[in-house]
Amino acid sequence: MINLTINDTPVSVEENATILQAAAKIGIRIPTLCHFELDCFSIEHRTGSCRICVVEVEGRRNLAPACCTPVNEDMVVKTNTIRAINARRTMLDLILSDHPKECLTCEKNGDCELQNLASEMDLHHVMYEGEMSTYKIDLACNAIVRDLNKCIMCRRCETACNDVQTVGILSGVGRGFDAVVAPAAMMPLNETKCVFCGQCVAACPVGALTEQNNKYQVWQALNQKGKHVIVQTAPAVRVAIGEEFGMDPGSIATGKLVAGLRMLGFDKVFDTDFAADLTIMEETTELIERLTKNENLPILTSCCPGWVKFLEHQFPELVYMPSTAKSPQQMFGAIAKSYYAEKLGKKPEDIICVSVMPCLAKKYEASREEFAPEGVKDVDLVISTRELADMFKEAGIQLEKLEDKEYDNPLGESTGAAIIFGASGGVLEAALRTAADWLTGEDIKDIDFNAVRGLEGIKEATVNVAGTDVKVAVTSGLGNARKVLEKIQKGEAHYHAIEIMACPGGCLNGGGQPYNHGDSDILEKRKEAIYTADSDLPIRKSHENPHIKKLYDDYLEKPGSKLAHKLLHTHYTPRKNW
Amino acid sequence: MSCCDCQGKGQEELNLIEQFPEKREQLEAYIESLDISDDREKNRGFLIQSLHKAQDIFGYLPLSVQLFVADKLKLHLSEVYGVISFYSYFTDKPVGKYKINVCTGTACFVKGAGAILEEFKRYLNIECGETSRDRKFSLGALRCVGACSLAPVVMVNEKVYGKVSTKMVPDIISECK
Repeated sequence: MINLTINDTPVSVEENATILQAAAKIGIRIPTLCHFELDCFSIEHRTGSCRICVVEVEGRRNLAPACCTPVNEDMVVKTNTIRAINARRTMLDLILSDHPKECLTCEKNGDCELQNLASEMDLHHVMYEGEMSTYKIDLACNAIVRDLNKCIMCRRCETACNDVQTVGILSGVGRGFDAVVAPAAMMPLNETKCVFCGQCVAACPVGALTEQNNKYQVWQALNQKGKHVIVQTAPAVRVAIGEEFGMDPGSIATGKLVAGLRMLGFDKVFDTDFAADLTIMEETTELIERLTKNENLPILTSCCPGWVKFLEHQFPELVYMPSTAKSPQQMFGAIAKSYYAEKLGKKPEDIICVSVMPCLAKKYEASREEFAPEGVKDVDLVISTRELADMFKEAGIQLEKLEDKEYDNPLGESTGAAIIFGASGGVLEAALRTAADWLTGEDIKDIDFNAVRGLEGIKEATVNVAGTDVKVAVTSGLGNARKVLEKIQKGEAHYHAIEIMACPGGCLNGGGQPYNHGDSDILEKRKEAIYTADSDLPIRKSHENPHIKKLYDDYLEKPGSKLAHKLLHTHYTPRKNW
Repeated sequence: MSCCDCQGKGQEELNLIEQFPEKREQLEAYIESLDISDDREKNRGFLIQSLHKAQDIFGYLPLSVQLFVADKLKLHLSEVYGVISFYSYFTDKPVGKYKINVCTGTACFVKGAGAILEEFKRYLNIECGETSRDRKFSLGALRCVGACSLAPVVMVNEKVYGKVSTKMVPDIISECK
């Protein structure tokens, strides 16, 4: 342990701790901006580039950036001397000198770390006025908007894209005043191998990276005459949206979410979880087939569009590996515009299918060509958890005060197996629950596969399914997926099934979720909420969902049938690796 | 390198890597002579020298060449572009047969380098950092070539012109045949 004093208070911290961490231990929060950490995934971005966190260290001539200065024995630190405060204010002033003062109309208004800092540091006028950046806003892709005029060069997005996700499209470009974080040749995102996971958006402290906003289109859809407007909600949305309304992290707001959506005016409020159960039916059928034939193993999950795009760009030779099952979002859309449309006696084009997703890649996924048979998109509009919260707020819907309501049927019934899709490991666990029952022909009671749960980036386990040892791996965060895929390519690892999610921790930490601002606790609590919601449900196996059974009996016949293949399966396309 | 979307792959007319197989082989042989491994951190250390070689061979570094280098070093294209955009030595645009560089270091500047640069712009009808349409001339400014006693200085490829006046500009240009 290292002993030091900060503002005359003694503190002991572990070796390698930073001044910032030591100060936090005694209740002193030193302001930061470029700094970003998520302990639960060991993500550390400590470039010390913004100098907002400078403090005075006795015996040291210049000020020290607290976020990346390690503590020493007997160090004497002063965090709030006039010299430190003035330096911080000057730094903030300089950052603001090239930052648009458009807070009132900025997408990040109210959630911006720079705005908060200006408020905390009591800044009331900007001292320096000079040249401003004039970049064209990149609106070309339908998932992420890049406004480099708001970029403060903290480079958190670069760490997220290159180090955590290893997607590798962002880099510091140019120098001096012209320096900016951008893809090669300043290409717009949709011309790169960007997978639209949105982890850069989640990391951006300001409004330089935000989601492509579809809220207004949803308002328009809700007010369009002659259209039947339905909505589906992804598993991870219900355990996060409450945070936007002052509910504690980890609150399960399923019933309130349904009530709120009905108040917004959706004709039917359905659940992506229903389609998650359907995914399990199709994917597990494929898993068992590949396992029994012992061919084309491992099977990789295909629910996550960010991961699928990553594979298509960076491992094009492996495109035969993922399950051909569509993601729950797309399965939902396909069933809504076929089975449900027929039941309702409506044409597919008269149904508008809206998704609420914790994800930005889902916006891109819905626009993939193969998901618009005969030109009618299966999923018309995708909004993120954050966007839905904004819509509730605009409509004056106080989510926290609503009485719980139930989803509509037939596409609203779901099981515990579907809810856990929202956490890393959940898809595989859900598949194993069904596979175990199908292979043994029994109703197995012990269905908690704890080995695949948790926020760790790579989890490996050998699970006994009906007397057979099945070797599985679960990865979240594309950097971890890369490690596992490279091992497979080299023949160093052999698995039967692998679940891969693009975002660290899975969908609960998706790029469209309420901002966590580096607080790991929030993510832990969302995860716990997902497993609580699972264990609270009476039915916890996808194949026991009564409406899924009915869907097969009435329409699809059986998993893997010809019609199921037409509606619920897809293919992958090798893409350029840049 | 300044901002904006005017540069980049849209401008690239030729895929130099496909167009000149012998040059490609030359670059490939060079990069393969380096100690390239699966360790990206280590490979990054070979990036600048590989780019130097590539620019020597091809004259400039369009996207096709950047991609080739990125691929050989197992790096992302964005990393390669980031380096190219940082160092003024590297260029992703074609340069002319004659690279005219006006020294704008302190001594030359004081002795009127600014006016000389303007005169070159006027005669060649290009801006600083641009190349003429016939790819004969590129115009640039550089900082101090170490010949301050000859200020103001202009370099054309490797040749140095000293004590240059605006009147000499047309002669310097016409010498480039």
